[in-house]
Amino acid sequence: MSRSARIRLFWAAAVVFAVVYTLACTGLPHFGTTVHPYGSRAVAASLRQRTANVVSSINFDQRALDTLGEESILFASVLGTTALLRHARDERVGRPRAGRVLPSTRLLGLVMVPLTLLTGVYIVAHGQLSPGGGFQGGVILATGLHMVYVAADYLVLKRIRPLGVLDVADACGAGAFVALGFAGLIAGAAFLQNVLPLGTFGEISSGGLVPLLNAAVGIEVGSGIIVLLASFLDQAVEVRSETDSGSGERT
Amino acid sequence: MNTATAQEYLIAVALVLVAASATAAALARDPVRQAVLLAVLGLCLTVLFTLLQAPDVALSQLAVGTAVTPLLILLTVRKVRRATASHHDRDKRGPEGTDES
Repeated sequence: MSRSARIRLFWAAAVVFAVVYTLACTGLPHFGTTVHPYGSRAVAASLRQRTANVVSSINFDQRALDTLGEESILFASVLGTTALLRHARDERVGRPRAGRVLPSTRLLGLVMVPLTLLTGVYIVAHGQLSPGGGFQGGVILATGLHMVYVAADYLVLKRIRPLGVLDVADACGAGAFVALGFAGLIAGAAFLQNVLPLGTFGEISSGGLVPLLNAAVGIEVGSGIIVLLASFLDQAVEVRSETDSGSGERT
Repeated sequence: MNTATAQEYLIAVALVLVAASATAAALARDPVRQAVLLAVLGLCLTVLFTLLQAPDVALSQLAVGTAVTPLLILLTVRKVRRATASHHDRDKRGPEGTDES
């Protein structure tokens, strides 16, 4: 198809889409109304389950099965990426050379890495009380670890990153979610039903199953993203094809 | 000006910022520039979600959209560029160079 025909097709489709979309939008409820049918029911249910963070209550209690599907997607994509980016026969691994870092960058990293990791753990642990939870905290933990790569170099990152352990932790976190779901079946209720004692509203031990599921997701997401970034970093920094010369690149 | 109106103005500003940065990311041709603009878009979306009182989504957006996705794109670009650069080197070496492959 020629360029002008393609552009004409685009504009025809864009006009149709704009008209139908505008028509559809006129039927929507107004922006920021006071009546929220789903919201008020969800808030009432999460108060009943003594979970202060309503979003966590929806994600890990009222609709925990949806979250199981989402975290399985992440697990499967990490698995697929590691399988795709594994070392092929015509690739060689060069040892990356040590990089030079400014002392001020190193100092900032030394201060920020523990702070970021602590923030990550806090956000995972307080998912049932304040905004955040397993997913957000897990991503913060994973990205916090990679500040070492910025503040030091790839060799240091490799030394403090136990990839074998994290591979297993990723699978265990994904499995623990399903196992916690079966706890409901064993107790004589439905799969993923919140059967644990609910505790006191606003305490860290409240919400029954919610903090445990958050911890499982936190472990799975944190280690999963580290493994994912590790296979990408491996390809970008270390692996070179046979035709390449030289032994690794400065990190 | 009362708080509700001020908030609506802030939301409108955030929406315009999101539209502008998304358009810039779509129009950029260089993948590296695109990755950086994607991070900016992630930041604008974070502000928008915070103003719309969705802090959980804002946190996810900040972590994934601003940090992880651009990093994955940058690493991929680096790998792809190096692979094509080495191919160019091989082509420049002439017929003797291509024999070894």
